[in-house]
Amino acid sequence: MEQQAYPKLYFYRRIVQAKLFIDQHFAENIELYNIADEAYYSKFHFSRKFKDVYLQTPHQYLISVRLENATKLLASGMSVAAVCQAVGFEELSSFSRLFKRKVGINPSAYLQRHKYIQKQITEAPLTLVPHCFAYQYGWTEKEQFQTNKI
Amino acid sequence: MNIYVLDQDSALDFYINKLGLKVIIDAPMNKEVRWLTVGTTEQPGFEINLTPVHESILHSKDTAEALRDLIKKGTFGVGIFTCTDIMATYEELKAKGVEFIKPPTKEFYGTEALFKDDSGNWFSLAQLTPVTV
Repeated sequence: MEQQAYPKLYFYRRIVQAKLFIDQHFAENIELYNIADEAYYSKFHFSRKFKDVYLQTPHQYLISVRLENATKLLASGMSVAAVCQAVGFEELSSFSRLFKRKVGINPSAYLQRHKYIQKQITEAPLTLVPHCFAYQYGWTEKEQFQTNKI
Repeated sequence: MNIYVLDQDSALDFYINKLGLKVIIDAPMNKEVRWLTVGTTEQPGFEINLTPVHESILHSKDTAEALRDLIKKGTFGVGIFTCTDIMATYEELKAKGVEFIKPPTKEFYGTEALFKDDSGNWFSLAQLTPVTV
């Protein structure tokens, strides 16, 4: 039934395999031909097929995966220079420019914002719970609302 | 949006590493429970709260046990994820170990598959047919 409805199943598996390859190896110096090899396609044919499925070229997707992982690492408190290197960018300037284009603020500002959020999580986590009645009505001294103050 | 889960650590692994969502807030509430929300880059402002089921001011011990049993049995369908190419998403999630209870199937409203999270909650994965007026 699955095969009848989707005769292109084999095609999908190869494209998905290439996407998963990017997801796993984004931090390495991978080139389009590495990814195309993963899908058993020629470079240009693969690029076109990938875009048909994911609405962006393999290179655009690679950049978006690197930036997405950069947001996670910055949120964990890693320095901007270390994140740049860890996600596979060679130049800090291009990393900052692409990051700002995607996220709206530069990596340093993003790092500072998350340091502040992390401080809030540690010191007053209930302030992060939207419409937390326990916090608003002063019930937080009860045991089940105790925060983990250090 | 709130989803009751059996174990927050296991749910976090499922929603982040298998579904590909990201953590929005992970803050400790007490010794056992965290305020844990996840979301997607594509829909900023939308958060899924992964709430553990246990005896609390919200649920008595009996209610919590009954609710956990119902979740395990796959009683609750909790939402719909849409995607642009369902076969690609289906193949990717399957490769990551997500359990599907219905493969992509053409319906009058689009193509739909059903999958379960690590607790037993099920979701629809849909590629909707554009509405033409």
